[in-house]
Amino acid sequence: MIAVAGLSGCVQIETPDKPIEINLNINIKQEIVYRLDGDAKKLIEQNSEIF
Amino acid sequence: MSMTMWKPTGLAMAAIAATAAVALMVPAAMAQRDPAYEAARAAGQVGEQPDGYLGYASTPTPAVRAIVDDINIKRKAAYTSGAPGGSTVEQFAFVTGCNLINKTRPGEKYMAPDRSWKTRDAGAPVRDSRCP
Repeated sequence: MIAVAGLSGCVQIETPDKPIEINLNINIKQEIVYRLDGDAKKLIEQNSEIF
Repeated sequence: MSMTMWKPTGLAMAAIAATAAVALMVPAAMAQRDPAYEAARAAGQVGEQPDGYLGYASTPTPAVRAIVDDINIKRKAAYTSGAPGGSTVEQFAFVTGCNLINKTRPGEKYMAPDRSWKTRDAGAPVRDSRCP
């Protein structure tokens, strides 16, 4: 059991839980937001399995 | 047991081709979320972030982490290949994220601009002020 616990500890160290970086300081102008909105809606529609 | 052997006529071949075409098109047009992903959303284990990617609203199980990683990789690829000229991948992902948060259903999780996880209710979600 100890060996197993140690092993699982090793595995976790080797594949660290990378926190998902959330970039909320994105630089975007309002005109670009509106220009991309239609493309974003289309992307969601056409790839519904990943959204 | 008897078997009828027949040579495909031109018409039959066309019918087979048409059937195959429909069979190929339908899943592409009506592709749905994986049931495990759908369940994780409904359970509030995963939620939509303002940056256009999925996040963990609670400590994820390995299975949930695998789902999120897989989808985020695919989303990144979609944002990368789909970003229109003159915009960055991050900008396209952000605007898509605005839409995705809007589309969350009551009970699902989303991240507010202050990075807190919220549960979508009947009202409008709290989104980045730059969202369209």
